[in-house]
Amino acid sequence: MSQIENRRNIGRASDSGEYGGRRTPEPLREMKPLPRRPSQHLASPSDWTFELIDEYHDVIRATAERYGLDTYPNQLEIITAEQMMDAYASVGMPVNYRHWSYGKEFIATERNYKRGQMGLAYEIVINSDPCIAYLMEENTMAMQALVIAHACYGHNSFFKGNYLFRMWTDASSIIDYLVYAKNYVAECEERHGMEAVEALLDSCHALMNHGVDRYRRPAKLSLAEERARLKDREHYAQQQINDLWRTLPRRADKEAEAQSARRFPEEPQENILYFIEKNAPLLEPWQREVVRIVRKIAQYFYPQRQTQVMNEGWATFWHHRLLNQMYDDGYLSDGMMIEWLKSHTNVIAQQPMANLNPYALGFAMYTDIKRICEQPTEEDRRWFPDIAGSDWLPTLHHAMRNFKDESFIGQYLSPNLMREFRLFSIVDDEKLKDYEISAIHDESGYQHVREALSKQYDLSTREPNIQVWNVNLRGDRSLTLRHTQHMDRPLHETAQEVLKHVARLWGFGVHLESANALGDITQRWSVPAPEH
Amino acid sequence: MLQQIIDRRLSGKNKSIGNRERFLRRHKEQIREAVRRAVDGRGIRDMERGEDVHIPKKDLSEPVFGHGEGGVREVVRPGNTEHVKGDRVPKPKGGGQGQGGGKASDSGEGEDDFVFHLSKEEFMQVFFEDLALPNLARTTLADTPEYKTHRAGYTSDGTPTNLHVVRSMRGALGRRIALGMGKRRELHELEERLELLKREDASKPDVKALIAETEARIALLKERIARIPFLDPIDLRFRSRVRVPVPTTRAVMFCLMDVSGSMDESRKDLAKRFFILLYLFLTRHYEKIDVVFIRHHTQAQEVDEQNFFHATETGGTVVSSALVLMEQIIRERYSPTEWNIYGAQASDGDNWHHDSGRCRELLAEKILPLCRYFAYVQVAEQEQNLWEEYCKLADEGYPFAMRKAVEVAQIYPVFRDLFKKEGAST
Repeated sequence: MSQIENRRNIGRASDSGEYGGRRTPEPLREMKPLPRRPSQHLASPSDWTFELIDEYHDVIRATAERYGLDTYPNQLEIITAEQMMDAYASVGMPVNYRHWSYGKEFIATERNYKRGQMGLAYEIVINSDPCIAYLMEENTMAMQALVIAHACYGHNSFFKGNYLFRMWTDASSIIDYLVYAKNYVAECEERHGMEAVEALLDSCHALMNHGVDRYRRPAKLSLAEERARLKDREHYAQQQINDLWRTLPRRADKEAEAQSARRFPEEPQENILYFIEKNAPLLEPWQREVVRIVRKIAQYFYPQRQTQVMNEGWATFWHHRLLNQMYDDGYLSDGMMIEWLKSHTNVIAQQPMANLNPYALGFAMYTDIKRICEQPTEEDRRWFPDIAGSDWLPTLHHAMRNFKDESFIGQYLSPNLMREFRLFSIVDDEKLKDYEISAIHDESGYQHVREALSKQYDLSTREPNIQVWNVNLRGDRSLTLRHTQHMDRPLHETAQEVLKHVARLWGFGVHLESANALGDITQRWSVPAPEH
Repeated sequence: MLQQIIDRRLSGKNKSIGNRERFLRRHKEQIREAVRRAVDGRGIRDMERGEDVHIPKKDLSEPVFGHGEGGVREVVRPGNTEHVKGDRVPKPKGGGQGQGGGKASDSGEGEDDFVFHLSKEEFMQVFFEDLALPNLARTTLADTPEYKTHRAGYTSDGTPTNLHVVRSMRGALGRRIALGMGKRRELHELEERLELLKREDASKPDVKALIAETEARIALLKERIARIPFLDPIDLRFRSRVRVPVPTTRAVMFCLMDVSGSMDESRKDLAKRFFILLYLFLTRHYEKIDVVFIRHHTQAQEVDEQNFFHATETGGTVVSSALVLMEQIIRERYSPTEWNIYGAQASDGDNWHHDSGRCRELLAEKILPLCRYFAYVQVAEQEQNLWEEYCKLADEGYPFAMRKAVEVAQIYPVFRDLFKKEGAST
């Protein structure tokens, strides 16, 4: 019991002031009652109007409040399909700097969309304050209602409540920061040429996933401060670097001295972009700033990458709950119900043997938690003694706030759900000629399947663990990265290409070593210093 | 809580255009290649259309560190209906699970290709770029105004061929009626009086004198009336025709190409690009363009476009055969009064040497008088007798121009040069 409690507190702030002083309101113990039933349900034509969206939003908001969903203010924006594709193309952000890869994304999306191979997402929602939700013009009224419930009250309350978002992102300043980034990059293009900026961004993007601080929360900065400090930062960083490289390269035969020389970095560093920003010898100040911009944006997306199941599941659970509640209260007509339920069913469809659909899994898990609270079985009481039979609203809020996908699954995936999804785990060992079924949804396998699935969502097992290992300070200034293998899994062959990007940023030769569990190097890659 | 609904539909359209431009710029080489291929495969009349561009996936990849095949992996999947713990399932042959199964393909939409559509404008831009276009300014041909005459009523002077007889006679009749009116009235009165006088006693001397006087007067009047001219120069009316400048609507373009053995694919490609430019240029001036393809070795033949550029039949060279055929086709099908005739000839300049002089004569005497413009492009460096003979023509002020182009990039400058506005400096 205490063990479970402990696990659940991982990553939780010790006091509420720690996450930038934002306090969390106590979740409601139970739903507030409806003040009075409406005399008739809301109009339900298939075409939306501004007035109608307004009316629906009012009811959805009131319903969400009765459930105690705490959100940022909402800003609804009506956009066209083309604008939706635009938004898609720049990683969902309303503004972003220019880069060819976003053009590629746009072209691919447009092509698929025009050929009817895919529908566009019904919504995009931005983690900002106010929270911006895009409603597509083509949606029917029923779809708009679904989107408002899903994005404005589901995702929005997740952004505001989940600990990772509270720690890592600052919703109030992201739009300003993106505008700043866009302008800064545009200025750089003007001053240094599009190609130089593009090459730099390419290299930064290659390392974007390795530009995240996993342990240290970034200081909250207003944009004004950020700007004011830009100059200081450039100056100071350059000075530091000059200091680091002050020593002239010496001949290698001074063995003793080389031995006693301090190691740099003293500890391995996993934030490669940060290391480059602070230490790459040849980067110009503007290049450092661009590295920083990419790093900051990577940091902003880091929580999203870790909470896919939770976030989508939470939003799906709430649109389902809110719209059902509205129906029960007499706000929604039957036709409207049938229409949004059809979309809902598509969203949570799960193909057998395919990859798990995060919407389906997340939705099922929150729904299951509610069930465990309300109608626990004997099995539930054994597995979840602390939540079985408790009030479902505070339990669900607790689950939303304090976990990421990996720990959420580790904590809440129930045997009941594993049976329902018929989950099983397969081991693919390079040395064996067959796949092996390691566990299935039975009494002896629940624990194993749950752990295996939890690990599957752990970013550190999904992405290779690569750290800055050493810099040859006195010799050729080469940078050595080290990959620590997980389950003997080698790096993908793209490593060589990525290494070229690292070399471009570092300015000198770069090496990458891959070490197995015993610490033996099994593979090496090298890229010589780029031409200057 | 203040809620807002913002209508963004009208603003910020096409926000990705900057990203698209960057994408196109980055893949310029592949796009150029695609345009080049499209130009090869495409008919001259079918230029202004977009094109699908295939870019190999690897050229588009944004590499990141990732896990490769191998080692130990454990995945959880849904939907187990048959397996129990410890079951073994054979791995699929060749490669691992679900990855790297795609086969690269250089044509068609293999899953390793990224395919997108180049718009018409983008296509033309790349096409012109390929031709080393300094900027997309379009040359205008020396705009010789085109006149059309049509009837514009009648005038009082003109040539006898244009005399309008009925109209002139009508005028004359009117004039005769108008001029004789008073006299005829008087004549009538006198004749009536004469009748009355004749009924009276003719023996009276004063009556007799009156009759004589009246008769004399009548005779005078009759004579006078008879003297009114039947047709006066003033009556003449001529058909009037005015010349009105009109945009002409029809043009025919003759493509003449040497297909002797020395015209290899790359030379044909140069010629094709030249013809394409001419075609694009003419389509901006005329509503309707006919294209006549004439290929020749020792004999000339009218062919379709496919045969023109791709047939491999070959032989010696008699250039004049093509010119003879062209003249013949003009006479049969394209009256110079109705059609604007353009000729473009591409050759490597290698001709049966007795023939070159004849070519010059044919052009000077038969063809150039019928043409608005005739351009000769030599797709080889060496100057031979055909070049020399043609040089004489160029000096004599015919609507004729000749240039050499040996690389694709030279085509556009040459074209521009050939079709530069009259009087404008090169």
